[in-house]
Amino acid sequence: MAHAYTPGLKVTEQLLVVKRRILPLKGEVIVKVGDRVNPDDVVARTHLPGNVVPLNVANKLGIPPEDMSEVMLKKEGDPIKEGETIALKKSIIKWFSSPCQATIDGTLESISSVTGQVLQRGHPIPVEVKAYLRGEVTEVVPEEGVVVQCMAAFVQGIFGIGGETSGTLQTSVSNNTQVLTDDLIVDSMKDKVIVGGSLVTADAIKKAARIGVKGIVVGGFDDKDLRDFLGYDIGVAITGSEEIGVTLVVTEGFGQINMARKTFDLLGENEGKMACINGATQIRAGVIRPELVIPVEDQASAAEAEAAASMQGLAIGSPVRVIRHPYFGRLGKVTELPPQLQVLESESKARVLQVEFEDGQRAIVPRANVETIESR
Amino acid sequence: MARFENPDDIKVIVATDCGSTTTKAILIEYINGEFRLIVRGEAPTTVEAPFEDVTMGALNAVAEVEELSGRKLLDENGRFISPSQGKTGTDVYISTSSAGGGLQMMVAGVVRSMTAESAERAALGAGAIVMDVIASNDKRLPHQQIERIRALRPDMILLSGGIDGGTMTHVVEIAELISAADPKPRLGSSYQLPIIYAGNKEAATLVHDTLADKVDLKTVANLRPVLERENLGPAREEIHELFMEHVMAQAPGYRKLMSWTDAPIMPTPAAVGLIIQTIANKYGIEAVGVDIGGATTDVFSVFRPDSETPVFNRTVSANLGMSYSISNVFAEATLPMVMRWVPFKMDERDLRNRVKNKMIRPTTIPQSMEELIFEQAIAKEALRLALIQHKNFATVLKGVQQQRTIADAFDQSASGATIVNMMTLDMLIGSGGVLSHAPRRQQSALMMIDAFLPEGVTRLAVDSIFMMPQLGVLTEVQAQAATEVFEKDCLIHLGTCVAPSGTTKKAGPVLKYSIELPGGPVSGTLEYLEMKRFELGLQENGLPMTARATLEPERGFDVGAGKGNKVVKELHGGVVGIVLDGRGRPFDLSTLSEDDRVTYLKKWMTELNIYPADKL
Repeated sequence: MAHAYTPGLKVTEQLLVVKRRILPLKGEVIVKVGDRVNPDDVVARTHLPGNVVPLNVANKLGIPPEDMSEVMLKKEGDPIKEGETIALKKSIIKWFSSPCQATIDGTLESISSVTGQVLQRGHPIPVEVKAYLRGEVTEVVPEEGVVVQCMAAFVQGIFGIGGETSGTLQTSVSNNTQVLTDDLIVDSMKDKVIVGGSLVTADAIKKAARIGVKGIVVGGFDDKDLRDFLGYDIGVAITGSEEIGVTLVVTEGFGQINMARKTFDLLGENEGKMACINGATQIRAGVIRPELVIPVEDQASAAEAEAAASMQGLAIGSPVRVIRHPYFGRLGKVTELPPQLQVLESESKARVLQVEFEDGQRAIVPRANVETIESR
Repeated sequence: MARFENPDDIKVIVATDCGSTTTKAILIEYINGEFRLIVRGEAPTTVEAPFEDVTMGALNAVAEVEELSGRKLLDENGRFISPSQGKTGTDVYISTSSAGGGLQMMVAGVVRSMTAESAERAALGAGAIVMDVIASNDKRLPHQQIERIRALRPDMILLSGGIDGGTMTHVVEIAELISAADPKPRLGSSYQLPIIYAGNKEAATLVHDTLADKVDLKTVANLRPVLERENLGPAREEIHELFMEHVMAQAPGYRKLMSWTDAPIMPTPAAVGLIIQTIANKYGIEAVGVDIGGATTDVFSVFRPDSETPVFNRTVSANLGMSYSISNVFAEATLPMVMRWVPFKMDERDLRNRVKNKMIRPTTIPQSMEELIFEQAIAKEALRLALIQHKNFATVLKGVQQQRTIADAFDQSASGATIVNMMTLDMLIGSGGVLSHAPRRQQSALMMIDAFLPEGVTRLAVDSIFMMPQLGVLTEVQAQAATEVFEKDCLIHLGTCVAPSGTTKKAGPVLKYSIELPGGPVSGTLEYLEMKRFELGLQENGLPMTARATLEPERGFDVGAGKGNKVVKELHGGVVGIVLDGRGRPFDLSTLSEDDRVTYLKKWMTELNIYPADKL
């Protein structure tokens, strides 16, 4: 394959961020093209069909299913209320009649004379889609949703947990190597998105969730802490639906790894601004990475920003991050790109590159084990 | 393409496999009286945006084949030139596909261990990923089942239940649940979700009345017409039909691709199953194939439980894999089980982070020897767990009453016993990056031996470049070409493992052996917990050399003819040769003391030349 390296994660001062905000099924769009929206604004809403709860009336009343039509008091499509009698097996003596009551509020969907089963459908469930970004509605997809866009500083993480939220950005450590411990989390960080250094401890995350911090961006996180915090092991990297009270975005990987200085500095420069954060990660076909979007007012032209953000290939001088042992997490620049395959210590043959780390040390690393750091 | 009445007229074949990330093309030609692989090419798959046309990736892969082979295959419009003439064109073009997530199905039946399991077997055998199995007794409440069906969005549903003439209520009840859920197909809402009904034939009309308005219902013969027998063929065929008609036709570019191919496009795993069945039937052997990928591990097997009729089974262990799912392997197997294969200590916190880092950056490769040893230890556990799942699934039919005589009184086999028998297994074929691309072939052999613990005499091989899918679909067009290329070019014959089954509490011999190797006969004694390796290579045509062996197990040990009974057999060689495994069966490394474990691991790894001695 032509590109034996991993495309880098995006970290950029200015990027045109475009998000499709689409309902799971057709509904009503409540904003129009040109509207300015905030993250918590609802842009579209609909109703999901209610849950279905079956009820075997024939069994309950002790009748053969084919006699269903004789006992049913309600017909298909009728509204029902929990506790309301929907079927009645009559007896000559009234006291011995047996009723069958609805178990939910909603409508009666179907009656089967084969199985004796009645399907009750609950009330429709409202679903809303929020804007997520602070920006402008640029397109309305009729009955489905909208496209929202904004110019933003943008940081893509490698792994995250927790869903979409937003808050004011605040740095909580003095440099990119400092560990974010629980004593650094203070009450005033409520509703903020805070920035850590090389690691966040389990105690710090717990405290952050407790006092109402919206999000945490940090270099690394220990797997063992992740398991302790969630209460289970993440087997496959599909996240975003965890309900943990705080969204976490890890920028470098698992373990204690200094946040790339460029990322740390970028976040520092935007301190006090509103940041939209999403921990959703999916590492399979159709990759989704967690992200931090900091909408900026200063609008460069979209084309300019796009051009600046376009990905560069791997070349001599490219800044890279090593993403596997023995140099895991170290940053450097490519100094050589030998074309021929080389034998590694593991005896595998692979295409390699030479990297010069920030301290001047040089090493040979498989190209598959670096990712480019996108720059502009 | 040109049509050939006689398969013998086919001399040039191009086959592609459109995977979810890479499309692989191979060129096979008939040269000097035999079919051989000429070259292979690959290109990124182009199903997803921005390309959204699978044929682009297929043509790019074929273009690489053109470049490497010098054969002109495509005309100026990018269409195949057919039939072949000299160094131009191909006689046949065929393809398999697992792009866009493969074939994703939900199956439903009445009793989980009976009709629902038969339905699952039918779907897996057809190459599907089974997303969920709904059954009347699956311990979920009806509303939970309905929510699940609604949330799944499968490509199709296979519904079965009841034997012919049996009770109808339960299967109609399941149909009612499906109707209430009103499920939508995964790809596009422009067509109705296909549902195959393969249950009690007398309930067919009722099922039709319940479902026909909402879905595209097809009815085929009951897959469990009587308790004692499965009839999976009609359901599997219908799955393939619908796969072509609905699923493939919805995926971008597939209509065009389908119009090019000379045989229906087959789901990749179905094609792998087909080649393994073809080989097992051709030689009358029992075979197991395992494909360990990044996200999933597939196991295919052909066993003959009644020593005649071959029974094919396939399982997919959806969350056992070496990259995307590596963390799950670690979680399921547990740390001590992985670390028992590693002859040195590593820090737990660091290891956990390394595994997670591989999960989030799945394309990285082990640079240091320590990383390689650790990764191969995880692979052993992934393979072991996948085999356990396969054994539990590949069983004799459950729910069948068995008449027992006094002779069966001590026989523990029961309804639902596994048909996977490691003693009668003749051939074990491994595939997938960690096995196919291990730096030393001995490593692949040891990974398979440690994970599967074959008993008696078992041949070992790996698929060198994952050609099995293309060869599987080729069996439908030119079976001879498929089997010839499979044996000569697709397989890398590793050799044979001889492992006496049995245990002993004390040290001592387990086997006397005498093998007539080409360089001269060797004979000796294999001690308990000892492993030995002898060179026995390949012939010039790529097929393994053979050597006659006399194997005399000690009392209490069995190499295929019963405890203590002698076996005389031809052993097949390969790039690794013959491995004698004296560790006994069942074998559990965890039972050794910590010091013994490390000492023995190092001994075995040195004897079989698995890793450089200075790294152990």
